[in-house]
Amino acid sequence: MSVTLNLPTVLAKLAGGQRTLEASGATVGELVSDVAARYPELEPRLRGADGAPYPYVTYYLNDDDIRLSGGFAAPVRDGDEVIVVPAIAGG
Amino acid sequence: MATTIGTSAAAPPAADPLPELTNAEILRYSRHLILPDVGLAGQRRLKAARVLLVGAGGLGSPLALYLAAAGVGHLGLVDFDVVDVTNLHRQVLHGTRDVGRPKLESARDRIADVNPHVELTTYETRLTSANALEILGGYDVVVDGTDNFQTRYLVNDACVILGKPNVYGSIFRFEGQASVFATESGPCYRCLFPEPPPPGLVPSCAEGGVLGVLPGLVGTIQATETVKQILGVGESLVGRLLLIDALRMEFRTVKLRKSPTCPACGTREIRELIDYEQFCGVGAEPEGEAVAELAPRELAARRQRGDALDLIDVREPHEWEIGHISGARLVPLATLPAALHTIDSSRDVVVYCKGGTRSARAARQLREAGFRRVWNLTGGITRWSDDVDPDVPKY
Repeated sequence: MSVTLNLPTVLAKLAGGQRTLEASGATVGELVSDVAARYPELEPRLRGADGAPYPYVTYYLNDDDIRLSGGFAAPVRDGDEVIVVPAIAGG
Repeated sequence: MATTIGTSAAAPPAADPLPELTNAEILRYSRHLILPDVGLAGQRRLKAARVLLVGAGGLGSPLALYLAAAGVGHLGLVDFDVVDVTNLHRQVLHGTRDVGRPKLESARDRIADVNPHVELTTYETRLTSANALEILGGYDVVVDGTDNFQTRYLVNDACVILGKPNVYGSIFRFEGQASVFATESGPCYRCLFPEPPPPGLVPSCAEGGVLGVLPGLVGTIQATETVKQILGVGESLVGRLLLIDALRMEFRTVKLRKSPTCPACGTREIRELIDYEQFCGVGAEPEGEAVAELAPRELAARRQRGDALDLIDVREPHEWEIGHISGARLVPLATLPAALHTIDSSRDVVVYCKGGTRSARAARQLREAGFRRVWNLTGGITRWSDDVDPDVPKY
């Protein structure tokens, strides 16, 4: 099962400069594990040491916040898109 | 604390009849008046509106200019900063001749020139839990153009408590975010990000850089949402987060929902403002032992004496390229663990960065790795340029 994971520029440099990654898994959490295994430097920016998402990095599955659909347990289907949105504060 | 200037009468509360436009105002706003969704009634609504801009920097610049030009009758501006030359590549509210002046003073001059019909109240203060409710309470719409997490959570919570819409915008490097929070039915900033990142994880624009035109893009989006909010037209960004990628020039929106567990707008546990410095972990003592500091002049004296020092620059290569201290070598902070074997533990080690924060972290890492004679250059290359060698450029 292949899902697209979109990263902001600031995280792309930890994924070999790629903004868009293809990842596989049955849930958003599994996608993150798949990507973390391939890009170890990216892992601490995507999830905590406990494996849970951070409150300051929001994941959108097909434009919907996964916090409201089970968090990392949210199921994904082939062709889905996940966007990673970290908090920024510049002004 | 508040200073009000302006030539027009104070805008009446919303319940009062809308103010009339003078002939001079009718002429000035003619392109709005012939626009079906604004018209005379809309322009009078703009004149009656009171909008508070928190921050007169990158986002606050286009916001203040466009909202003043559009005829928002009363603008409030909160800022306590002074114009610095490094602001000018993006903060178009201020000019070269304003360097060193309080931002509120140059903003006042500029806004009066853009539109003398606008009444302006300035608050030369940091927005805090002690003054936020009082300041925000006098406005219809609040616009968040701040540059730090603690003020963003403060503005959010104050807006939720007071029931004021919070027009949000945020930028970093080439990317931006915008939304409208804290309306009656919509989500708030805490629904998007329940907690801030730990201090130091997300660099500020001063540390990480920002494309100069980016706050122009995001600030004008906030200004557009503010005007729409006042006019009650169109589809606002309530319930949507706009993500802007200037490098790809992509704009997309994702759905934002009100979180039932949000302590601000969901459960309403937050009934009064909290300590936002503490909430954001700001000012907390860094973990680990204190770092020994070395002033730039002391370093210069030691080098002159011929002391054998290993001077390590822990900034990024693109910063090194701007300028560096002669005799130093570059080991970016992220690569320090892998470069430990290149450091001779029998020599004194001095680390530096731009301002001393990253190198303090490097010094701590070196201490933890067993290096005993490690110093952090106080104030970094910026202070070195001030105190020792002005040929090294500051940035």
